[in-house]
Amino acid sequence: MRGAMDHDPPIRVKNLNIYYGREHALKNISVDIPGRTITAIIGPSGCGKTTLLKSFNRLVDLADGVAVSGEVLVDGENIYAPGVDVTRVRKKMGLLSQKPYPLPMSIYNNVAYGPRIHGTKKRGELDRIVERRLRESGLWDEVRDRLHAPASKLSLGQQQRLCLARGLAVEPEIILCDEPTSALDPVSSRRIEERFRELKSSYTIVVVTHILRQAKRLADYVIFLYLGELVEHGPAGKIFEEPEQAMTREYVKGSIS
Amino acid sequence: MIRLVKDKLAGAGMLALAGVPGLVVFAMILGLYGRSRPILAAKPLSELLFSSSWHPLRGEFGLFTFIMGTLWVTAVAVAIAIPLCLLASIYLAEYAPRRLREWTAPLIDLLAGIPSVVFGVWGVLVVVPLIKNHVAPLAGVSSSGYCVLAAGIVLAVMVFPVIVHVSVEVLKTVPNEVREASLALGATRWQTIRHVVMRKAMPGVIAAVVLGLSRAFGETMAVLMVAGNVAAVPKTVFDPAYPLPALIANKYGEMLSVPMYDSALLLAALALLMVVLLVNVAARAILLRVERSVQ
Repeated sequence: MRGAMDHDPPIRVKNLNIYYGREHALKNISVDIPGRTITAIIGPSGCGKTTLLKSFNRLVDLADGVAVSGEVLVDGENIYAPGVDVTRVRKKMGLLSQKPYPLPMSIYNNVAYGPRIHGTKKRGELDRIVERRLRESGLWDEVRDRLHAPASKLSLGQQQRLCLARGLAVEPEIILCDEPTSALDPVSSRRIEERFRELKSSYTIVVVTHILRQAKRLADYVIFLYLGELVEHGPAGKIFEEPEQAMTREYVKGSIS
Repeated sequence: MIRLVKDKLAGAGMLALAGVPGLVVFAMILGLYGRSRPILAAKPLSELLFSSSWHPLRGEFGLFTFIMGTLWVTAVAVAIAIPLCLLASIYLAEYAPRRLREWTAPLIDLLAGIPSVVFGVWGVLVVVPLIKNHVAPLAGVSSSGYCVLAAGIVLAVMVFPVIVHVSVEVLKTVPNEVREASLALGATRWQTIRHVVMRKAMPGVIAAVVLGLSRAFGETMAVLMVAGNVAAVPKTVFDPAYPLPALIANKYGEMLSVPMYDSALLLAALALLMVVLLVNVAARAILLRVERSVQ
């Protein structure tokens, strides 16, 4: 099914406006996120990067007094249309947040949590899912003999990879990451980045980052936001080497932050 | 130099003040024990605690009836209060719009400040007739309405603000990102609350329940007014009960010419204190285990 849709962008944003109370957080954003690549959303803090990311799986809904207009099409379906099953939309996307937040349970149950709430009950099947996803996130060898220890006992870097495995376990098509390495040491960060490079052949990955070097290392496609507006977007090489907008040029050179 | 002396003095002074509550508890236990020694010397402890024959004029002071009265009433109160309080706190912390939460919080605190005698009057005027005329006939028994159930209902309402207030605070300390992590996997709100938020909040919620429980054990006035105060071990929730605090409040100061009476009542007070202490210690032990398993 995924194959047939490769030419359509998995996420298509059309005239998206988001308000928090009176604050206009995102101003008329329209952009397509290409499939099976890593897209980086860059820009200074407070520019709306995280809001844009969280609009893709409707986590923005949780904020107090939020109002959304415009459309976000996921696999061609407007997820803000009335009557949309939000849980089904969210299941299509894994989420990595700034700091890893393991669920208050064992390593095994963290990964099995998603499949369980979606109805997988058989022990054997769960075992297979847990092992496969932990391997995929590069954690299996470190935790295989303590799967039932509390997830909070892992190091931060391991916790973040566990969160990745947890997200992969619901078989998403898209992985959303909100500054996923900002709480990690350089070695752990590099391991997460390696995972992304490996996973991009089968997933669409969107990474919010304020670390320019990370964006340069990882991204195939770049979206630059400034004060809630979409300034420029395009293939990474073009944005970093020959941006059209003066603002982008200054940001990627590091003169504004 | 003087600054350092002041620093030391302040530290020592505060330590001394912080020690006062602990000392008061200790002094109380010691005092109660001292006063109940005459009866402890005259009768074996097992008879005092496990005999249900209370005939002060014949010199029989079995406290079992009253201990059971306290346990019955508290158990019924907790059985009513826990589901009620949990659901109310979950609603207020997780579902209610912020406006509503800001409005209800002071109201709930107000409930905590209502004098217990007012709850007692409400029990006599509303709960007791309700049980006598409607609930007991529905269950096919006849009851005066002054019974374990009435006391349990009144107590449940009284501990409600304590448990809800603390539980809501506890639920609010669960980081939003943990909720997001679960929701982002496609969990519903209720699945998220049941499997993640409540799990994370469990130690605090247990602490809240224990706080309410301690209050329920010791509550005197309101319970005394609706429990019926008949010295017999209750068999159903429609039977009257005579809890320890009611016994002490009713009898202390009268008939003190009866030998050992005074000593027996202070033993009752000591027993009550011990029950509360034991429950607190047990709860703390449970708390530690839960905290370790949740992390």
